Amino acid sequence: MALDKVDVVIIGAGASGGAVAWSLAETRMRIVCLEQGDWQKPSEYPSAGRDWEARQMNDMNPSPNRRAREADYPINEDDSPIKIANFNGVGGGTVLYAAHFPRFHPSDFRVKSLDGVGDDWPIDYKTLEPFYAENDRMTGVSGLAGDPAYPPKQPMMPPLPLGKGGAMLARGLNKLGWHWWPSDSAIATTDYEGRAKCINLGHCTSGCAQGAKASTDITYFPMAMRAGVEVRTRARVREITVGPDGMASGVVYYDDKGVEQFQPAEVVIVACNGVGTPRMLLNSVSGKFPNGIANSSGLVGKNLMFHPYARIYGYFDGPTDGYRGPGDCIWSQEFYETDRARGFLRGYTFELTRGQGAVMAAVHGMATGRLPWGEDHHDAYRKLFSHRAGMVGICEDLPEEHNTVTLDPVLKDSNGIPAPKITYTLSENSRRMLDHAVARGTDILKAAGAYDVGHEAPLQEGGWHLMGTARMGKDPERSVVNEWGRSHDVKNLFIVDGSIFVTSAGVNPTCTIQALALYVADAMKQRLANLFD
Amino acid sequence: MTDILTADEQRSLRALVAMIIPASAKHGVPGADDDAIFADILGSLGRDVGHVVAALRRLRVLAGGVFADLDTARRDAVAEVFRVEGGVDLVRLSNIALQCYYRDDRVMRSLGMEPRPPFPKGFEVEQGDWSLLDPVRARAKIWRDAP
Repeated sequence: MALDKVDVVIIGAGASGGAVAWSLAETRMRIVCLEQGDWQKPSEYPSAGRDWEARQMNDMNPSPNRRAREADYPINEDDSPIKIANFNGVGGGTVLYAAHFPRFHPSDFRVKSLDGVGDDWPIDYKTLEPFYAENDRMTGVSGLAGDPAYPPKQPMMPPLPLGKGGAMLARGLNKLGWHWWPSDSAIATTDYEGRAKCINLGHCTSGCAQGAKASTDITYFPMAMRAGVEVRTRARVREITVGPDGMASGVVYYDDKGVEQFQPAEVVIVACNGVGTPRMLLNSVSGKFPNGIANSSGLVGKNLMFHPYARIYGYFDGPTDGYRGPGDCIWSQEFYETDRARGFLRGYTFELTRGQGAVMAAVHGMATGRLPWGEDHHDAYRKLFSHRAGMVGICEDLPEEHNTVTLDPVLKDSNGIPAPKITYTLSENSRRMLDHAVARGTDILKAAGAYDVGHEAPLQEGGWHLMGTARMGKDPERSVVNEWGRSHDVKNLFIVDGSIFVTSAGVNPTCTIQALALYVADAMKQRLANLFD
Repeated sequence: MTDILTADEQRSLRALVAMIIPASAKHGVPGADDDAIFADILGSLGRDVGHVVAALRRLRVLAGGVFADLDTARRDAVAEVFRVEGGVDLVRLSNIALQCYYRDDRVMRSLGMEPRPPFPKGFEVEQGDWSLLDPVRARAKIWRDAP
């Protein structure tokens, strides 16, 4: 039996689902958000227990295949050197993200015009700027105004502390004359809108027990629910259905008891991330859309972009911050904008990071051959633990149609829904950019006084950022959604997550994902009277 | 988890983790074969139990019997071969040993850590010298205008 029809059904309660739900709530439409996972209990996050590092390798691992919770779906990533990281639950990826919160730059929306690669976005920085600012306010962003790498912006709170590691790296950057600035972070450094300030638990990437880190389960969703939005958890959507008129008629999902339900809706909004969204669209097959809903362009699932990561780290004689403090610290965008002399196009951000916990220092030391077995173990360990600092280079990935999310012919989730398969090859441009990041990162660490430097590139576990698989654009033959997030093919179907990105930029995407979701919601509100025209 | 490993496998695992992290009088710390730490290891095999079992079976093959029963010289030789060719099974096994060892109260104290979870007390991180930013503040804009 069908449930009562709602005005809007949102699939996914993550970064973009929260933003779009909150923004649309003021319309007083009946809005239901379906989420396959659960609400999280901050008191159960790893940093509240003695096994806090072990849990990051197990039930709070960013890899859904390793984590394998009931709410997770498997992903075939055998054909990708970069593995997927995500989280399924209210808050989505914001539960596990580092909360590094840089905006895109004006040039990121004009990649084709400026550098002759990729494509231009159908919108620009100016269009998104007010939504960036609104998202900053809702999220609570700490940072410092005046960064010469960005147009003017005003963070809400003072920056995170430099600490020993940050100061060390900043001195190295200053010796080289290179840019750095305190990172914009979605971490409260003062009490903010009912959230307590950061107390340097140092384990942001497995949930913040303090609630200082802005995940949407504690930012957007409580406000959206107070405004009338219903969040239905343990509701795993199988497909979007289509009526005889070719419009989306609702969604079929499995409830917490595994019972199939049909939720009719006037509008369907997909917010499942750059892997979950194409999976959803490709699984929504009908007579009208035999290749998946909204896929007349054939581009659903194509142009998958990650950010290939280079991790560069060094060991110092003096102590660093070790296990204390958020990973976020400072960034450098010295190599962000294109300089053809470097041998690649576009660029990257250095996200400079503090140290490691006691367990990870040992695990990494063992994996890299720095930590021996036997008598020498203890002396060697004491040179590693709380003596490490470093960075990651977040490289812009360019869209290529052969990098895809498709449906695996065999693998299925616990409800029998076909699972996604990732096929991805690192481009030559990305490889050169990674090499450059490793070389320049090494320069920084040596200038800062590191006596031992190492790196990993690309970072295998670094598939945090999932973009491009349902790109936006004005041309229905070259894009899946239009310039305000509506499907070209189905006029009551919208997409608001990272899959609508045209290019990836060289920064973490959450801030832009949420600004885009607010922008799409605003466009819908402006057109409510003729939304389907 | 103790019922998953045979008594011989448990003895061999204990002997192996003692070789990875032996006790140290210099640092005043136990080895990974300490009663409490080893009990934690046995209780923490979790989703890696298959890897641990596979590792111990491989160790038995290399040892030609029960690893724990070998004399010291032979044990050292077998462990060295296993260290090199143990693969992902050995990595998972050693990760469990490390995660249990480095959360032991005595070990944490020896590293200058308080034996407690991060929350709710948290930690102090110094602000650092923000005047380091002065030369960067003096720079002109480095972002590009876009058409």
